[in-house]
Amino acid sequence: MPDRNLAYLFAAFAVTWAAFFAYVFYLAVKNRELRREIELLRKLLEERDESPSSH
Amino acid sequence: MLADLALIFLWVPTDATMGIVQRVFYFHVPSAWVGFLAFFVVFVGSIAYLVKPAPRWDALAHSAAEIGTLFMTIVLITGPIWARPVWGVWWTWSPQLTTSLILWLIYVAYLMLRAYAPTQQQAARYSAVLGIIGFVDVPIIYFAAILWRDIHPEKVVGPMAERGSLAPEMLFVFLFSVLTFTVLFVMFLQQRLTVRRAEDTLAQARRASSR
Repeated sequence: MPDRNLAYLFAAFAVTWAAFFAYVFYLAVKNRELRREIELLRKLLEERDESPSSH
Repeated sequence: MLADLALIFLWVPTDATMGIVQRVFYFHVPSAWVGFLAFFVVFVGSIAYLVKPAPRWDALAHSAAEIGTLFMTIVLITGPIWARPVWGVWWTWSPQLTTSLILWLIYVAYLMLRAYAPTQQQAARYSAVLGIIGFVDVPIIYFAAILWRDIHPEKVVGPMAERGSLAPEMLFVFLFSVLTFTVLFVMFLQQRLTVRRAEDTLAQARRASSR
């Protein structure tokens, strides 16, 4: 088969790499958001424990 | 991955019948392999969770299901891209293609079930049952071409493969791709488990803050 199928090969590789990068990006964003939220909640809990009105 | 790309594009000879589009095979089939491997991990994690409901088994099964679905999505997109120039159609309802689509739908349902379950415990228990039942489709896909008449190319590896059906250079690159994709799967799984641990920590912190 002639090289005119190069577009199909390119498309298949592009889709695969795009999927890998998208997943890595999704994991990185999710991880960052979760860590930020954990830190926020931790501070909130610490403030609540230190506050005299909470007891 | 770079070494794998170099082997696929610079080293392995071009297939005489299909031409350059045959190179899609070097990541289409390894993606399918990783999908099956991931769903096997879901299967094992789900059984372990039902036997002993420890969160780590649920985390393993959930993470593997997500990655398996990603790789099966790649399979279902790259397959038609290869099929269009070779078969002349994007899709055909052959047994192997149909059962592959069913597998993908099962694990999409698995992820949706987890997302919409009212509690974490219910999500873990119901999805564990689906994770076990869903895995039954994996051997059906592999043997579909033998059990029924199928347009899909014959097996080149595994118990049903014909010896010498692939040139030595092609077999080497194919096995190298399988190894590369397997390593990638392990790395993705480690990262996903880290995110899952953070999710669990956050859920605990939320519970503590609401008390």
